[in-house]
Amino acid sequence: MELNAAQRQSCFEYLLRHADDRLVLGHRLSEWCGHAPILEESLALANIALDLIGQATHLYGLAAELEGSGRTEDDLAFLRRPEEFRNLQLVEQPNGDFAMTLVRQFLFDAYDVLFLEQLQRSVHPELGGIAGKALKEAQYHLRHSQQWLLRLGDGTEESHRRTQEALDELWRFSHELCVPDELDIEMQALGIGVDLGSLAEAWQESVLPVLCAATLMVPDDPYQVVGSRSGFHTEHLGYLLAEMQSLPRSFPGAQW
Amino acid sequence: MSDATENASVSEALVPPEALSQHVWSLLEQVPDPEIPVISVVDLGIVRSVRMEGATAHVTLTPTYSGCPATRAIEQSVREHLERHGISTCLQTTFTPPWTTDWITPQARERLRDYGITPPEPRSGPIPCPFCSSSETRLQSEFGSTPCKALHFCKACLQPFEQFKCV
Repeated sequence: MELNAAQRQSCFEYLLRHADDRLVLGHRLSEWCGHAPILEESLALANIALDLIGQATHLYGLAAELEGSGRTEDDLAFLRRPEEFRNLQLVEQPNGDFAMTLVRQFLFDAYDVLFLEQLQRSVHPELGGIAGKALKEAQYHLRHSQQWLLRLGDGTEESHRRTQEALDELWRFSHELCVPDELDIEMQALGIGVDLGSLAEAWQESVLPVLCAATLMVPDDPYQVVGSRSGFHTEHLGYLLAEMQSLPRSFPGAQW
Repeated sequence: MSDATENASVSEALVPPEALSQHVWSLLEQVPDPEIPVISVVDLGIVRSVRMEGATAHVTLTPTYSGCPATRAIEQSVREHLERHGISTCLQTTFTPPWTTDWITPQARERLRDYGITPPEPRSGPIPCPFCSSSETRLQSEFGSTPCKALHFCKACLQPFEQFKCV
């Protein structure tokens, strides 16, 4: 499709923020590989990480093509600084215990399914294609995290306590999932991006019944985190990127 | 299967394009999936189209999963196999329409079963064990050894087994 220079730049930034979500969350999940409470979960979390990092690769690839400055998808993933990342603060939060990881995942998956359902109808054919593929994956990611939330929340006294604590900790990061900024509005107007604001109600309808069935209480703390998409992050992102980027930064151009 | 064929070097002057693309399809049927070698990339449904432009084959592939680690290996083996048979190859990737297990051929489903992997079937209820055919099975995890497989357990023969998940 034909875009002018300013629109190309906007589209590039839009692709980056959604690629960043997937790369950062995928990296977090990969940290569980070999450490999960049971073997099946080591496999499950590694599989989900693989899907997310694969999706990120395709989005970065598209962004690199659009930018046309010779940067590759690897450059975008491994050679940007923390303040250049535009991922949601939710996805950079540390794994904590298994409950913390699954609550983080559930809040994101519920959003991701709704987001991708709309994005697959993007007028940008390649982006719509990547979203259509990713949607099939997000649907089983959501089934997985939702089932765990029910088991953990409505499980033993200890699993309930830990899951409630995780929800108390992470809920404040969920508000901005469905709040559009200027870029969202611009991308929606072009038919490239989604109507993010319209997802808010559907997200609540997806999340609240599960929390209720899992005997979990929505925290009544009014504080809500904002600013992820403008580059505000918690301190955790820097450490994550330092580890993830150490090889390409130590050995520029390394190939294997 | 032997790589040596009488078509080792094909030229556009001698063969009409339709015959040439048929030839490319039959060569692609010899390229195995790197993770499940009993089925070919054509069986798996990831070769979406073959178009001849002169002596160059434009082959469009679609990945099974966004992060499938075999994607690059598949591209490489497709290219190597065709070029070994004298066909210069140009590969494209598409995501639309997204890959679905409906595209796996009927023959490939049988071969999967013989290999010990239950083929994908849209069905509710327990998945039959590929070893003893019992329906006394349970889903252990939606995630198996590769992105495309789920893990099940047969209560009759006490054997864990994998199913090609239906997407």
